[in-house]
Amino acid sequence: MISNYIIFYILLWLAVFLSGTWAVDRGNFKTCDQSAFCKRQRALKPGQSPYRALLETLELTNTKLTLQLINDNNKVRLLLELYRLQGNMTRVKINELKPLKPRFEVPDVLINDPPTEPLSLLSQDENGVVLSLGADSQWLIVSAKPFRLDIMEGREVLLSLNSRGLLAFEHLRIRKDTAEWVLNVVCPGWLFSPTGPSSISLDFSLPGVEHVYGIPEHADSLKLKTTDGGDPYRLFNLDVFQYELFNPMALYGAIPVMLSHSAQRTMGIFWLNAAETWVDISSNTAGKTVFGQMLDYVQGSSETPQTDVRWISESGIIDVFIMLGPTPTDVFSQYASLTGTQAFPPLSALAYHQCRWNYNDQEDVAAVDQGFDEHDIPYDFIWLDIEHTDGKRYFTWDPHKFPQPKDMLQGLMDKRRKMVTIVDPHIKVDSSYKIHNEIRSKGFYVKNKDGGDYEGWCWPGNSGYPDFTNPEMRAWWASMFAYDQYAGSMENMYTWNDMNEPSVFNGPEVTMHKDALHGNWENRDLHNLYGLYVQMATAEGLIERSGGVERPFVLTRAFFAGSQRYGAVWTGDNTAEWEHLKISIPMCLSLGLVGVSFCGADVGGFFKSPSTELLVRWYQTGAYQPFFRAHAHLDTPRREPWLFGPENTALIREAVRQRYALLPYWYQLFYHAHHSGQPVMRPLWVEYPQDTATFSMDDQFLLGRDLLVHPVTEEGGRGVTAYLPGKGEVWFDVHTFQKHNGAQNLYIPVTISSIPVFQRGGSIIPRKARVRRSSSCMEHDPYTLFVALSPKRFAQGELYIDDGHTFNFDKQKQFIHRRLSFANKALSSRNLAPGSQFITPSWIEKIVILGASKPSKATLKTPDGKENLLEFEFDASMSVLTLRKPGVNAGVDWTVVLQ
Amino acid sequence: MSCALLLLLTSLALAMGTGAAVEIQRPRGVPQSKRQFYEENKPFTCLDGSSTIPFDRVNDDYCDCRDGSDEPGTAACPNGSFHCSNAGFRPAFIPSSRINDGICDCCDTTDEYNSGATCQNTCREMGRKERESLQIMAEITKEGFLLKQQLIHEAKRGQEDKQVKQKELIRMEKDKTRMAEAFLELDDDSDGYVSVAELQSHLELDPDSDGSLTETETQGLLGGEGKVDTSTFETVWSIIKDQYLSEVSTYVMKTYTPQEEQSRDFVSDHDSDHYPEDYAGEEEDVEDDEEDDHEEEEEKVVGNPHIGGEGPELGYRSLIYGPECIWVCRNLEKEIGFDFGPSAEFAYLYSQCYELSTSEYIYRLCPFNRVSQKPKFGGSETNLGLWGQWAGPEDNLYSMMKYDHGQGCWQGPNRSTTVKLTCGKETVVTSTSEPSRCEYLMEFTTPAVCQEPASLDEVLHGHTEL
Repeated sequence: MISNYIIFYILLWLAVFLSGTWAVDRGNFKTCDQSAFCKRQRALKPGQSPYRALLETLELTNTKLTLQLINDNNKVRLLLELYRLQGNMTRVKINELKPLKPRFEVPDVLINDPPTEPLSLLSQDENGVVLSLGADSQWLIVSAKPFRLDIMEGREVLLSLNSRGLLAFEHLRIRKDTAEWVLNVVCPGWLFSPTGPSSISLDFSLPGVEHVYGIPEHADSLKLKTTDGGDPYRLFNLDVFQYELFNPMALYGAIPVMLSHSAQRTMGIFWLNAAETWVDISSNTAGKTVFGQMLDYVQGSSETPQTDVRWISESGIIDVFIMLGPTPTDVFSQYASLTGTQAFPPLSALAYHQCRWNYNDQEDVAAVDQGFDEHDIPYDFIWLDIEHTDGKRYFTWDPHKFPQPKDMLQGLMDKRRKMVTIVDPHIKVDSSYKIHNEIRSKGFYVKNKDGGDYEGWCWPGNSGYPDFTNPEMRAWWASMFAYDQYAGSMENMYTWNDMNEPSVFNGPEVTMHKDALHGNWENRDLHNLYGLYVQMATAEGLIERSGGVERPFVLTRAFFAGSQRYGAVWTGDNTAEWEHLKISIPMCLSLGLVGVSFCGADVGGFFKSPSTELLVRWYQTGAYQPFFRAHAHLDTPRREPWLFGPENTALIREAVRQRYALLPYWYQLFYHAHHSGQPVMRPLWVEYPQDTATFSMDDQFLLGRDLLVHPVTEEGGRGVTAYLPGKGEVWFDVHTFQKHNGAQNLYIPVTISSIPVFQRGGSIIPRKARVRRSSSCMEHDPYTLFVALSPKRFAQGELYIDDGHTFNFDKQKQFIHRRLSFANKALSSRNLAPGSQFITPSWIEKIVILGASKPSKATLKTPDGKENLLEFEFDASMSVLTLRKPGVNAGVDWTVVLQ
Repeated sequence: MSCALLLLLTSLALAMGTGAAVEIQRPRGVPQSKRQFYEENKPFTCLDGSSTIPFDRVNDDYCDCRDGSDEPGTAACPNGSFHCSNAGFRPAFIPSSRINDGICDCCDTTDEYNSGATCQNTCREMGRKERESLQIMAEITKEGFLLKQQLIHEAKRGQEDKQVKQKELIRMEKDKTRMAEAFLELDDDSDGYVSVAELQSHLELDPDSDGSLTETETQGLLGGEGKVDTSTFETVWSIIKDQYLSEVSTYVMKTYTPQEEQSRDFVSDHDSDHYPEDYAGEEEDVEDDEEDDHEEEEEKVVGNPHIGGEGPELGYRSLIYGPECIWVCRNLEKEIGFDFGPSAEFAYLYSQCYELSTSEYIYRLCPFNRVSQKPKFGGSETNLGLWGQWAGPEDNLYSMMKYDHGQGCWQGPNRSTTVKLTCGKETVVTSTSEPSRCEYLMEFTTPAVCQEPASLDEVLHGHTEL
């Protein structure tokens, strides 16, 4: 046995080294065929399920229904638990009735034990049972032989489980199957589990559904493709070097949540499993031509469209949350009620970030900071990558390049700017390194299967990997961010967690061996959770160092369901190519749909050097995506915004300034994302769920409900065709104020300075027109309100204001949240949160009303009973009314009446 | 609204109090030069003429003019600018967005009048410091400029010396060639000796010019010997060379002359004194050859100065110049070929090297040759670039040097180095950095870039207002 393992390791190392650990390509990552459990599971074809429900074991309590299932082939019994959850969700749990040892159940992802609602038994016979799911005439039908579940609404099947008979549960056994082992030697990376194969699988059928989304992270289109004839979408956190586009390969993060959408209903499937997972998608309409589909429709013939989905995971249990919608908003709320909402970032984190691997030393940082001022380009954060450390020992500084970090940070603070330093989870094995010694002495490292500290190669050379699944380890890690522990840190310094898949250069598929041990569990069981825990512990550290007062900001590369609670995510090491610019849209849209709103791609592209045009277009696109950070590889030429001649500097400056002017709206969107789980960056179908034309669109997007962005992502682009949704609606070009009708494809000629953005008629968007060198400098500045009238001369919006960086908005209700509405020729501001209080010096500088007619006079009424006439300008050609200087404080009630 | 009152400031109270208001008031943020456009109590016309507004809308914290000119003292206009007088230092314009942003930009603190930021007036201190550093700079410039004159002088002399030396070398080699030719010519029986009989036919050598060259006379010419070998012939040659007439000079040359050379200027070359002028043409050829394999040649030079394996042209040249000369001559040619600045003030840097030791590396700059980097604690040297060209901006070409085609970087460009030259009394590398991967920046001081100092008064007082 031992000798077998030695041979195995030798083979493994040989395979890894021969293939080259760094110049990774597709061949270094497994296909389903090369992943033994995926291949086994996929070999199982749809048919009659061997599972049968033992109705006599049925137990119904207040909170759940339990029922045993038996596999008629091997007589192994499973335990099914069904829960009706509050908020229109159903949870289905299936585990072995008597596993040889406990199977892994994912902790720390759900924010609480989801509150249940009682299920009631409507009818029962020998074929099955019918349960009521509460209101909306929803039923859950449990069929006994073969076992299947159907969720119905009225006479309509919403979703079926195991209808194709693909429920499979490899029960734990004493291992004896050496053939399996040999197979695994041939496919290195699959380290054999001591209790034999343990994979699970279940199929879901979605009648009436042609569009499914989500399950990030993949560099693919927004609408998921069918996987027939190809590989399934893979969810397994990996450090993929120079990833390719438009394929289902795994990337840095994994969120096992899929949304289905049709004009009638939106639903979600949350497969709570942190092991390596593959998702197959097939569709009965996918192969059909548009003509064929139309023929079906006209003839009223044929089957309804249907999408079938199958989830396969390597270990753990089946624990599925079925979010029944019915609207997209409902699904977002349902998912948020399970895993929490987006962390509300400090306002400055929504501004522009300047990063590079690497800013070389303190002088370099000072020079870049100065460069932004010289060229009058705002920025809030400058970032330091791994080279800032003393030999890749995180929490330290290179003594020659960064001898006085506090002086540097103070210099930034004097400009009201901030810094991010990188802290990765691989720890240099070095007995003179305090962090390493403490982790080792406390036994906090991940262990190898023989009980020693697991070691692998990463940036510092030989490294240990702290076991972030251990709460004690996380508490200790968090304490390392205290100002007296992290020498040279200050309150304007925040954190970046990279390489937390984790990346192990000499590991199988550049990650950790699956038999590495986190306490009693193998990495195999919880692999996809590691990155979440790293960010969780880091964010906790930033909160603690401020005594719980300040909001943290932590960027992570690896993530899992729930990661949204801890900060921002970026799409990893992309490339300076046009296709990568384009893919940033669907990649962030997909993340937004499953809770992670704070998403961005490296502006300019990480690998390679962008053309000037690409760089400019990327800034223009990034300025309208949630996380806005430029980043570049060490080996690329410098690309600070002013290095490409004055014209391009001006173009980039303008893009960044548009971002800053719009920060009040961004902040408000993030408040909503935090408050109710609604995504910040949305596909059009989320707001126009019945407009089938929008269902596959991923070259344009909405910010909140009210801004539609169609960035130019074509090289040499002379024009874009934007789809403006909404029959009977209007949209206003935010730059020219020109009005366009909804429900049309609009061709917009563009120049290199164009960023096509439209405001929805019927909305009010607050901006700050005084763009300064950082967002903090703009804190007390006045607001300009852009009121875009609907055809019925109505508009509504909000204004959210707080201190921008503490938890006081939450703990002490210190914020301003106001409803702005325009109706009956009057614009008013009313308090939306009567229990809150906050004082702002900001005032209303200007009100711009789009689609207005010329009034004879405009009167401002304030709560003290005063009435003031406002001066105004009216541009008849564009129907734009500009009210001059209302001057009223942004936090009070007021009304402007037009006559 | 209340802050609007604050905005129309200037020391109105002070002016009224003293009654000695010689200085005419101007709105906040307006420079002296534009004061006349802001007349109190008269409507204000935007400086771009786009509109006219009541004067109380100047600096009322709302932007009315498209060009931002109505809000010189507030942050209301996105494109405005604010003027700080900075008495004691130099006045400046800052973007309006920096007014009341909590950051002290003007040393006289006037930009932060309503932000709560506590700014100290540092103008006098800055002025003092600037004057001090200008003074130091001026002294450096002055001394540096003197040193530069010296350098120019030396360079001139050096250049003349070199040209003389070169001329002399060429002359010597030419002479040797003629001697060899004469010897071959004279040694009719090719026995390796010139005998009395062989010399006697050259009547032009007749010492007493009586029309016949006697045996005794001839023997006298041969130093009393009956025949001489090549080494003794040198002494003989020095006596006879002025009179000696070649029998077959053109024939001999033809055997060695490639066609194109002959068609050029060879004949005149051979028997004239304008050699240096003709030489200029050849120099270019040599330069061309060298640019192709600069580095390679350098290596050869170090290893073995007496190069073999020349092409036909070089073979011919070696006969003319003699092999020893080639190395010396080529180096001389090369050196003369460099652009050492308008007055050759950079010539002194040639064949020198300057080092800077940092925590990790020793950097080495050999001007007009190469830049390199060597790890301090072992490891091989890395070539950071070979001499390329002067690379300063058009109006200051000699302020920067570019060295390129250094060692290649993984997945990146070849290393290159930009050397920034600043005026200093000493010639020294002051810093190095790698601002972008494989692109190095080196700062280097030398008197050679020192400009003629302006009068110090001008420097110090040219900029301050008030």
